[in-house]
Amino acid sequence: MDVRVQGEAFDVGTELSAFGQGDANVGAVVSFTGIVRDVAGGLDRMEIEHYPGMTEKAIATMVDKASARWGLADSLVIHRYGVMRPGDQIMMVATAARHRVAAFEAAEFLMDYLKSRAPFWKKEFGADGSSWVDAKDEDEDALSRWD
Amino acid sequence: MVEVMYFAWVRERIGEPREQVDTNAVTVADLVEELRGREERYAVAFSDLSALRVALDQELADFDAPLAGVREVAFFPPMTGG
Repeated sequence: MDVRVQGEAFDVGTELSAFGQGDANVGAVVSFTGIVRDVAGGLDRMEIEHYPGMTEKAIATMVDKASARWGLADSLVIHRYGVMRPGDQIMMVATAARHRVAAFEAAEFLMDYLKSRAPFWKKEFGADGSSWVDAKDEDEDALSRWD
Repeated sequence: MVEVMYFAWVRERIGEPREQVDTNAVTVADLVEELRGREERYAVAFSDLSALRVALDQELADFDAPLAGVREVAFFPPMTGG
């Protein structure tokens, strides 16, 4: 398990080339990368605030749950905070398992939980000023499918 | 004495990221009531609890949770990670 909360950019290729290697039980690696999107047009930048200490613990708890439930051989979560521009990578999740269904489901589970249970808050800055991104009901609803 | 922390727009409305609060509040809701009574900026930040979340010692909790033994209380809007 590898959880990193950092300000710096990361390189998905470098991360994935080493991920899940050297374990003969690994038959599947799934990865997801989240990117800053300019939804309404005119987005200059996004600033992500987080709760140091709680962030790392909350992510470690979800990764533990995913590892136990899907028998993951390995997992990686990188989530950035600070200033990001449209097109920048915000975060990535990778899961390694024996079979693809487990790797896909565990990655989706981690994404759903990162969205609404990891203490990050996004603020968008554009030509018309700034606003905090609102949490969506559907993100909260997405968690219930894992009950 | 508890360390009270604020994040995102809660922090902006209150005007500081953290403060030490000397309180005898039994539950989180009691603490919120106490803070609301302090100044207008607290009343504004805590006007709608359904728009807020709370963490006690870095674990999500409910507003009726007891504060006994808690060192760090954090108030923030619903999270928007990922």
